[in-house]
Amino acid sequence: MAELKLEDIIKEENKVFSKTPLFTDKPLSYCPGCGHGVAHRLVLEVIEEMNITDNVIGVAPVGCSVLSYEFMNIDMAEAAHGRATAMATGIKRVYPEKFVFTYQGDGDLAAIGTGETIHTCNRGENIVIIFINNGIYGMTGGQMAPTTIPAMKTSTSPYGRDTQMMGNPLKMTELVAQLDGTCFVARHAVHTPVLVRKTKKAIRKAFEYQKAKKGTAFVEIVSNCNSGWKLTPLQSIKWLEDNMLPYYNLGTLKEDPLD
Amino acid sequence: MGEIKLMKGNEAIAEAFIRAGVDGYFGYPITPQSEIIEYLMSEEPHKRTGMVVLQAESEVAAINMVYGAACTGKKTVTTSSSPGVSLMQEGLSYIAGSEVPCVVVNVVRGGPGLGTIQPSQADYFQSTKGGGHGDYHLIVLAPSSVQEMVDFVPWAFDLAYKYRNPVMIQSDGVIGQMMEKVELFEQMPRLTNQEIKDKYDDWALTGRTPGREHNVITSLDLVPERQEKFNHKLEAKYKIIEQTEVKYEKIMCDDADYIFVAYGSSSRICQKSIAIAREQGLKVGLFRPITLYPFPYKEIMEMVPQLKGVLTVEMSLGQMVEDVRLATEFKVPVEHYGRVGGMIPTPEEIVDALKTKIIGG
Repeated sequence: MAELKLEDIIKEENKVFSKTPLFTDKPLSYCPGCGHGVAHRLVLEVIEEMNITDNVIGVAPVGCSVLSYEFMNIDMAEAAHGRATAMATGIKRVYPEKFVFTYQGDGDLAAIGTGETIHTCNRGENIVIIFINNGIYGMTGGQMAPTTIPAMKTSTSPYGRDTQMMGNPLKMTELVAQLDGTCFVARHAVHTPVLVRKTKKAIRKAFEYQKAKKGTAFVEIVSNCNSGWKLTPLQSIKWLEDNMLPYYNLGTLKEDPLD
Repeated sequence: MGEIKLMKGNEAIAEAFIRAGVDGYFGYPITPQSEIIEYLMSEEPHKRTGMVVLQAESEVAAINMVYGAACTGKKTVTTSSSPGVSLMQEGLSYIAGSEVPCVVVNVVRGGPGLGTIQPSQADYFQSTKGGGHGDYHLIVLAPSSVQEMVDFVPWAFDLAYKYRNPVMIQSDGVIGQMMEKVELFEQMPRLTNQEIKDKYDDWALTGRTPGREHNVITSLDLVPERQEKFNHKLEAKYKIIEQTEVKYEKIMCDDADYIFVAYGSSSRICQKSIAIAREQGLKVGLFRPITLYPFPYKEIMEMVPQLKGVLTVEMSLGQMVEDVRLATEFKVPVEHYGRVGGMIPTPEEIVDALKTKIIGG
């Protein structure tokens, strides 16, 4: 058998994966092992598959994803901490023919922006909200988030979250599912190939709801933060499965008819 | 000749928004300016022009809705009063820092804190010196009549788009609440989406037009060399604004030995004070800054050689007086007279203050 050369391998017919075209060429700023990169890719793939690249406006506020606009090759705004859904409301109200989405972390969406999140969902703004929940403030260096689970250690709960002293985690997804303005509310994860596929389906569905003008579509992605959790990527996935998922159950919480 | 009506300042400016072809209004009720959103809701401008009106859950949300809508190149406005405008400062800093055009109206009431619902001019520092964090300026226009509440709306939008900078119309509870005869300009058309793309596609979020790079609205740059360069770009813009956009009015200044410097409703009261003073043989004029930023430093300085003294009249404990002292370089006596807490000075009080603080001082 002849020796296999590199040029024999790099062929179009052997290709099993390529960069999502809507990614810019900029290297992601996320830590290796973090779920943000996959979540970004899924959003971009959905936009591409729906052929709405020139018809979509994204909003990413302060948090690890503050630089999303450097990676997503679509028109984007960077919002102040917590204010993404207010900005998205403004955009969608004056530009109802555009697809508008926010991409927010837990500190942003569930702490400083809780008011904006709830009122946007309650008004039923016709937008998609992608909510990355990793139970920690990644960008600022691992402080407690509103979604930090009981006994979880962070730099501002170094002995574990004591709910008596620090209050309880906030299940935003369950909360917004109660509101009349939401049409589709689901919680997914991206740490296994099967879950990635399910998440992508949910994101696609969320955009389809927007297309059908049904109200606010809300997709939470429970993700890992190996740096903030001080674990290796593999350990962090195990920790997520053992600790986060029992608290934040995956599944569809609300699904109005999509006619 | 446009349509003539008797209107409250707040209602007139709301009508002016519709007629100026505004695309979106986002606001939160607060006294003494709630008539603006009430008027808009009752007029149903979505039926008249397609203009969107939304009552937000807070002033914080309202300014960020403005930020979002304005990012798309569409004409966007919000209104509030002092405590609400304080809540908007974060958003205004972001809007200035990402060079997005919009208009904000402050119908000023007394503070600090919850203060009073009565008129005041004590937000001068906040409006003209930045207000939020970082090096930036709003362009600040000060109407002194219901007519100017109307006329300043298209002017404010022209400036906002010319410089891609937030513009504040700084009114006060007197102008907002009083009724005057007003001539309304003809309905201007809202721009179509295509017209907006044609005009602003080099920066606005219109959806990534095939063939162009993606547009990004952000106030963030983590590379200090680039951020410094951007700060200097803003500085250069403000310099041009200071050189070209100053507006003011001089009343009976030609022979004046003394002038009042006053803006907004205080300048209206001062007009009566001039008449009283002149009856008493005092040659008094009024210098009215119409743009509070850019401030007419040079134009006030030019008057100094003829002057024996200057009295600034503001409904505050003395804010604009600092700029007037800068303008005059302390070459003539400059004193401040003001009532605060929602109290409004009478014309006679102002003349008395001129006599005691300047002439007899």
